[in-house]
Amino acid sequence: MTVFLLRRLLQASGVVLAMTLLVFLGVYAVGDPVEILISPEADQLERERAIKALGLDLPLWRQYLVFLGNALQGDLGRSFVFNEPALRLIFDRMPATLELALGATFLALLIGLPLGLFAGLRPNALRSRIIMAGSILGFSLPTFWVGLMLIMVFAVQCGWLPSTGRGETVTILGMRWSFLTWDGLAHMAMPMLSLSLSRIGLVIRLTRSGVRENMVMDYVKFARAKGLSPNRIVFVHVFRNILIPVVTVMGLELGGTIAFSVVTESVFAWPGMGKLIIDSINVLDRPVIVAYLMMIVMLFITINLLVDLSYSVLDPRVRLESRE
Amino acid sequence: MARNGWAAALGVLGLGVLGVALLPGLAVAQGAAPSLTMAVGAPVTSLDPHYHQLSPNNAVADMIFDGLVNRSARDQGIPGLATSWRAVDATTWEFKLREGVRFHNGNAFTAEDVAFTLNRVPRVPNSPSSFALYTRPITAVEIVDAHTIRLKTAVPYPLMPTDIANLRIIDKETAEHATTEDFNAGRAAQGTGPWRVVDHRNGERIEFARNEQYWGGAPAFGRVTYRMITNDAARTAALLAGDVDFIDQVPTADLARLRREQRVVLSETIGLRIIFLGLDHSRSGATPFVTDNDGRPIEPNPLKDVRVRRALTLAIDRHAIADRVMEGAATPSGQFLPPGSFGHVPGLEAPRANLEEARRLLAEAGFPNGFRITLHSPNDRYINDARISQAIGQMWTRAGVRTNVDAQTWATFVGRAARQELSSWLIGWGSSGGEASNPLRNLVATVSREKGWGASNRGHYSNPGVDALIDRAMVELDDPRREGLLREATSMAMADVGIIPLHIQTNIWAMRRGLQHEARADELTRAQDIRPAAR
Repeated sequence: MTVFLLRRLLQASGVVLAMTLLVFLGVYAVGDPVEILISPEADQLERERAIKALGLDLPLWRQYLVFLGNALQGDLGRSFVFNEPALRLIFDRMPATLELALGATFLALLIGLPLGLFAGLRPNALRSRIIMAGSILGFSLPTFWVGLMLIMVFAVQCGWLPSTGRGETVTILGMRWSFLTWDGLAHMAMPMLSLSLSRIGLVIRLTRSGVRENMVMDYVKFARAKGLSPNRIVFVHVFRNILIPVVTVMGLELGGTIAFSVVTESVFAWPGMGKLIIDSINVLDRPVIVAYLMMIVMLFITINLLVDLSYSVLDPRVRLESRE
Repeated sequence: MARNGWAAALGVLGLGVLGVALLPGLAVAQGAAPSLTMAVGAPVTSLDPHYHQLSPNNAVADMIFDGLVNRSARDQGIPGLATSWRAVDATTWEFKLREGVRFHNGNAFTAEDVAFTLNRVPRVPNSPSSFALYTRPITAVEIVDAHTIRLKTAVPYPLMPTDIANLRIIDKETAEHATTEDFNAGRAAQGTGPWRVVDHRNGERIEFARNEQYWGGAPAFGRVTYRMITNDAARTAALLAGDVDFIDQVPTADLARLRREQRVVLSETIGLRIIFLGLDHSRSGATPFVTDNDGRPIEPNPLKDVRVRRALTLAIDRHAIADRVMEGAATPSGQFLPPGSFGHVPGLEAPRANLEEARRLLAEAGFPNGFRITLHSPNDRYINDARISQAIGQMWTRAGVRTNVDAQTWATFVGRAARQELSSWLIGWGSSGGEASNPLRNLVATVSREKGWGASNRGHYSNPGVDALIDRAMVELDDPRREGLLREATSMAMADVGIIPLHIQTNIWAMRRGLQHEARADELTRAQDIRPAAR
């Protein structure tokens, strides 16, 4: 177990290092942050001052070494735009993204699992066919279109839900959370739904195929012969087996949802990390881009680790050491 | 049967959850207090008024702070914290300060605060674009008494009142040891302006309360929520849904619909942002994106020939672009500034499209069969920028100059333009201060690090005649004479087609019926310009 964790940690640092190098080269290739940030009226002297102030007067390799040196001391640099530590900017926005992503994943499981089970157990029923057709719609509709349609229908036409923003928040552990207030939940409803729509479709399809596959397997026949109740067969034996692919996929999807819910966040003006990163890329705010991607790499590695660990809980045959 | 029963129940549960998520009745009731919620399209990055010279930041700084000189809706200087100003001698400006003004924290405003501000401006750490260029001409600051201050310059400097309007005055006592972060947190953001900062959430919203003691009279609303909704469609939807009362940067695609909408009124005015084409004047030999019809480079650079430049400007139907691409939200222009601005040349109209004359000029310049050119353009910076470029590409092609349009994101485009990699490009310029020396010095004056001229003259246009006129205007303290010189310089640069002006953008805001707004030429969106409509 320890060896397994250590090896993972080592891999992680390698990936992070490679990623920072890529971002440095990438931002350098795209353009010059000073040209974007500087007021058009600035004269040549002012431009030179700004280049120096942002540390961009050094050759790229020295900028990178300076960054690495500071990073080893826990300082990932200050945002060019906000003049605040990049990490603090990201952590300020993190709760908003986390609650949205977790809410969307929760919603996807809550809606997707029962519908998928139903469709899997009664594959030929009309309702099952409707569910399956709906699931295709769920992951084929573009997110921004769904988001705007939700706004048009529920905010503009009906006036039931607020169109954008985060609403009232409650501060816990120095972080602002929306899901604890009624107003916050109302603001969360549409972005959460639009973010979860494609995941609902995914869960339905995974669950359905899992159920259909498992229901014909020997252990189910054996359990039936043994006289176990259908409820016990489905909820204890089959359910456990179909959860493995669902957990894997949703785990990876959760990483993606947290890291790249850019579209949903900008359509709903949800002040999360996705909006921060897209704004930062637009103005080439390198310290924020680097810090963000470093964090995301760590996040993916952590999630993959948790997924692997949860396998061993769900399926005792899986041993961590042998999973290479 | 039992099995079917619970399977159906599961299905119902799933659908039920879906239903609950969409339950009606969650809308938030508006409070009874007179409050205002605004949504702006461009994020504000800091509450420090001297950290980043950026329009959205300046708009918010205008709400919290005042300059010695403020700016009217047409961007002309009007008394702010100074009640009057004059040039005492050729190199001294004197400002009489308003008496009895207090900062939000109760501290009195005096000349010490002005001196402190002027001293801080060039020294804000890590500023990506500082205001130092406005304090650089000042060689000495002299406090005459608590309400009189004199600013010395090395040479006569007629632009002092225009430049000083960019600098918002802060409280010495509060800000002496304050950092940009202290301003962002609201602690140090203590100004004399009409609004006090109550809460600031970076990139999301700013909450303001009105300054009851404002020297210009307390504003109409008790509270203001200043939200940032960068997505155009979402911002319009927020207004239509009633979540916000007021939005800026109304997308032209929504204009027709909003004009019909009963619940909404628009406020618009001609702005100060000219959209124009820049041309490569720097290369005498071949320029990279111009070739003959067989793809071979052309030497010498055809764009150096004024007949070619005239042909390119005459080939453009500016009225068609303004009407169709811009949906009417633009005014065709043949110069930098709209009518009524200082230095606007009366009678210098937007060139009318004339294809025959364009073809004749091209033939005269030695290109009877035209040539090929690539027009570069940003696609996310100005209103409909890429579509304007495509329209121009077609117009040029019709005149015989086969045009390929290459539209890129601003981050990439601006770097290439600055490195002078392009031959022709679409770009815009907002003339802050609303007077002509600003675009003249920046866009068509010969590039000079010593003078600080031509920093945005990316085509390196150079005309000694224009330079000489700007030189004289820059030390001319007599306003009518200075305006005459600026007009002459503008006419000369335009006759020589130093740049190809296209149109001046119209600034458009939208609000719910029942509000009225004084539209600003400088595009700033500020709460003090909004009032309940007179019934």
